Amino acid sequence: MITESPRVSFADFERATGWAIKPEGACRDGRCIPLPAGTRDPVDLRVVAGHLRMPLVHDEPSGLWALGPESGGRALTSAVAPDLELPDADGAPFRLSSLRGTKVLLVAWASW
Amino acid sequence: MWQALRTELRPRGLEIVTVGLDVNAEAARRVIASHPHDHPSLIDAAHVLDELLGIVNVPSGVWIDERGMIVRPPEPAFPARPSYADPSTLAKLPPRLAAMLEEARKIRIEPEAYVSALRDWVARGDASPFALPPDEVIERSRPRPAEEAAAAAHFELAQHLYRTGREPLAVAHFREAHRLHADNWTYKRQAWSLADPLQGPTELYEGDWLSEVQKLGAENYYPPLAMEGPAGLNAP
Repeated sequence: MITESPRVSFADFERATGWAIKPEGACRDGRCIPLPAGTRDPVDLRVVAGHLRMPLVHDEPSGLWALGPESGGRALTSAVAPDLELPDADGAPFRLSSLRGTKVLLVAWASW
Repeated sequence: MWQALRTELRPRGLEIVTVGLDVNAEAARRVIASHPHDHPSLIDAAHVLDELLGIVNVPSGVWIDERGMIVRPPEPAFPARPSYADPSTLAKLPPRLAAMLEEARKIRIEPEAYVSALRDWVARGDASPFALPPDEVIERSRPRPAEEAAAAAHFELAQHLYRTGREPLAVAHFREAHRLHADNWTYKRQAWSLADPLQGPTELYEGDWLSEVQKLGAENYYPPLAMEGPAGLNAP
């Protein structure tokens, strides 16, 4: 997640990370991690990142922030395939979930 | 590369979706345009897929069943053995490129085992021993220690800065991603390729493809496939 400010809305945070911020804390996949009392919308990434074991990197010259994935476990926290949307070569969006009902072999490659 | 397999297996209920991990999306488009294909062929310039699934090298394949469940996490995936240039062709190439192709020839790949397992899954679905239960899919996915999570954040910043015209700022974050996640070939090769299409030595980055592969041993470039077949035997 790349942002220009260390404060992001709850909605943007959930959209980017899958974590919903509720009164009981940050919640995802049936578990909740308590956050400091008084956590408000917009949330300060400098506070919440540590609680979720997510790295937060700041690039001073550009002013940008990058919130990385959770650490301490594995890359996959669930076997549910992400509902990814990416453009095709013509720029048209394609959603992986459009293939529900079909087996899919997803192949990552590169021109390099 | 995958079209022949797609033609064979699409009528049997498998779609192949290729995703080009290319900060330089135009480079991916050129390759896509030069290979006639029917399957969805996507471009992931921000490398979202790497972080989501724990991909560290290409090509990597992931199997997803009809319900949208991953049944095999990322692993090396080849549809067939590539053909290699003969010595007379290599002799006409720039020396570095010829040396890289010679080294690439030594990389161990297992397309026969992979395709055999894929066909078995397409035919038998959940009954295939190659389709893994959710707990095993998670367990087999890449561990993510703090350094590698931080590397992902730096790489995300790097690709964003590069694609928004701030290459000098991007280089610092590419370098930090390399330092924090030293065995991530995707991070290294993507950065090298933006500085030099032949991924040779530059002043910007430590290492280059040829010397790093020679140091590692080409046979170790990909991990061996863990394709357990019936009775615990590997697929033929």
